[in-house]
Amino acid sequence: MIYQDSKTLLEVRGLRATVNGVEILKGIDLTVRSGEVHAIMGPNGSGKSTFAKVLAGHTAYEVTGGEVAFEGKSLFELKPEERARAGVFLAFQYPIEIPGVANSQFLRLAYNTMQAQRGRDELDPLEFDDFVREKMKLLEMNPDFLDRSVNEGFSGGEKKRNEILQMALLEPRLAVLDETDSGLDIDALRVVAGGVNQLANKDNAVLLVTHYQRLLNYIVPDYVHVMESGRIVKTGDKALALELENRGYDWVSVEPRAAAGAAA
Amino acid sequence: MRLVAGNSYLDSLLAGRPQRPAAFSSPALAWLTQLRANAVDRVGALTVPTTHDEEWRFTDISPLSKLSFQPVRTASPLQAADVERFYLAEATTRLVFVDGGYAPQLSSVARDLGVVVMNLSAAVSAHAAAIAPHLGRHTAFQDNVFAALNTAFLHDGALIVVPRDASVAAPVHLLFIATQKEAASYPRCLVVAESGSTVTVIEDYVALRDVAYFTNAVTEIALADNARVNHIRVQRDSDQAFHIANCAVSLAHASRYQSVSVALGARISRYNLNVRLAAEGAECAVDGLALIGGQQLADTHTLIDHAQPHGVSRQLHKCIVDGAAHAVFNGKIMVRPGAQRTDSSQSSRNLLLTGKARVDTKPQLEIFADDVKCAHGATVGQLDAEEVFYLRSRGLSDAAARNLLTYAFGAEIIDRIPIASLKRRLEQTVLEQTQSN
Ligand SMILES: Nc1ncnc2c1ncn2[C@@H]1O[C@H](COP(=O)(O)OP(=O)(O)OP(=O)(O)O)[C@@H](O)[C@H]1O
Ligand SMILES: [Mg+2]
Repeated sequence: MIYQDSKTLLEVRGLRATVNGVEILKGIDLTVRSGEVHAIMGPNGSGKSTFAKVLAGHTAYEVTGGEVAFEGKSLFELKPEERARAGVFLAFQYPIEIPGVANSQFLRLAYNTMQAQRGRDELDPLEFDDFVREKMKLLEMNPDFLDRSVNEGFSGGEKKRNEILQMALLEPRLAVLDETDSGLDIDALRVVAGGVNQLANKDNAVLLVTHYQRLLNYIVPDYVHVMESGRIVKTGDKALALELENRGYDWVSVEPRAAAGAAA
Repeated sequence: MRLVAGNSYLDSLLAGRPQRPAAFSSPALAWLTQLRANAVDRVGALTVPTTHDEEWRFTDISPLSKLSFQPVRTASPLQAADVERFYLAEATTRLVFVDGGYAPQLSSVARDLGVVVMNLSAAVSAHAAAIAPHLGRHTAFQDNVFAALNTAFLHDGALIVVPRDASVAAPVHLLFIATQKEAASYPRCLVVAESGSTVTVIEDYVALRDVAYFTNAVTEIALADNARVNHIRVQRDSDQAFHIANCAVSLAHASRYQSVSVALGARISRYNLNVRLAAEGAECAVDGLALIGGQQLADTHTLIDHAQPHGVSRQLHKCIVDGAAHAVFNGKIMVRPGAQRTDSSQSSRNLLLTGKARVDTKPQLEIFADDVKCAHGATVGQLDAEEVFYLRSRGLSDAAARNLLTYAFGAEIIDRIPIASLKRRLEQTVLEQTQSN
């Protein structure tokens, strides 16, 4: 929701980034204030996940230009874990599996790291178990997932729910959800959206990367951005998402489509 | 020249050998005296291996011959309080050896166990019938100088005989404690599991002082038809120690051997494990973990010998190598002619934590039967960057993320140890060791 006089949480100016020497982000500008929900849409390969991972501090991407300020401080001076502790959370498009690390242990370590950061009490394994089970209930997650290795053998939808569980535990200031809706069935979508809406308040913000209007029926965006070739080429309100759903991306495109694509 | 030098070193080791142990003086034990004498002869004929020997290509044992080791003259007078931190709550039966010598005051054998658990040298007369068919029969010392040395010194050790269909619920703890500098000890274990019996044995090597000593152990395990043996081996010697061990296991029809061996200590350690599936339908699961750092070297050589049909073997060996340490794994799977329907899988997975850490892994398949299923693979790598990033993105520091992943890598093996207190303790050790960097 857009609030009067809300603080700027994230300020992105002219952000450029490369991976293996190839420039993927070519000057992104974006301002996110507290309380807001932003959706980023755009064709496959346009750089949405790259943008999300650059915000989280993924080491494979090299920032080659621009600025990103989070609550007034440069993000680039923070290591990935410092960004997380400052309240930046990324729900990955493809959460990886970590064999051998119990999900319960991982969740507790992450949770306690954040608690310590916020000057709050850490929970011992028993206390945490009660706590996390309550959170899982809200997300309609089977507690058996605590005993398994992180994401190992989880279905696509189960991995996404586990990401949202982490978000619910860590209570970020800025939650970046990269296609968390992809691969979710209708019920799961409702549950996950409920989890996000529960978190959202006037002090934090949500950045949703999605391909589908469907999610935006549940989590109503204040702004919808279209990314193309590493830039935000159009920004509108929630009506833009509906229009994109009907008309596709061609009409917003600033670059001519490849001849082959047009012919097909 | 090398030969002479080698022999004089072996001679110096042999010099500490008691001539005729009182325990073996009975004429009925002439076979044992003969066995020891044969072993002395073999030591005389063999030399200390060098890296020119194929079996020792990666393991330079020469630092051993630069130091002199003798059996202790005076046993360290230990009290239970000195060592009880090594005891395991689950193991009500415990044999303790201090610098190779049996320590009855520290040992505890539950009465009416229905199983023989005794110091070997004290048991030879009464249990000759159970011992003679096995002792020295499974571990060939003909071409193995360390097995020959152990046999030449054969005296104290552990004897476990599990009678037919007996099942020992509590694990038997064999605790070998090193206390003295430059001590040579020659532990010997013999486990005879008669048909249909079940037993869990923990072979545990620990040190009270961070000094150089030499442990040269031999373990023989014989499983009769349908027997089950769980064998846990923990080598947590001092970082200056030399630990050389040979273990030979023989499996009869439909018997099952499960082992987890963990190598944490020693400057140089070498573990040879030979498992022979000598009859149809035998099964073994042989897992190992070496977790080393600094200048340590840990070498594991295993041979799983499928001699008969329908055998099953599973092996997962892992090495975590830190500092400038060096791990060696040589895993040979032999499928002999006629051992049809063998089902074998072997995996060697290695984690190098630094640029100076090194691993040499060599799976070796020798298959002489056509209807078999054999899978094997080896990986050597560093921690997965995506995994590290995932954890950091949740607020864990780089070091915490790496420690957790390293720990998880080792925990997969430790989790296979069926004794809760030992598992917890080893997990703690792994945690501490992985967090020290
Ligand atoms: N490690 C990499 N090496 C080479 N190219 C990469 C790498 N990572 C991303 N890219 C390229 O960067 C471009 C943007 O990828 P990105 O994943 O950000 O797209 P996206 O907008 O999230 O797409 P989708 O909607 O399919 O998820 C793609 O062309 C991709 O192939
Ligand atoms: Mg993407």
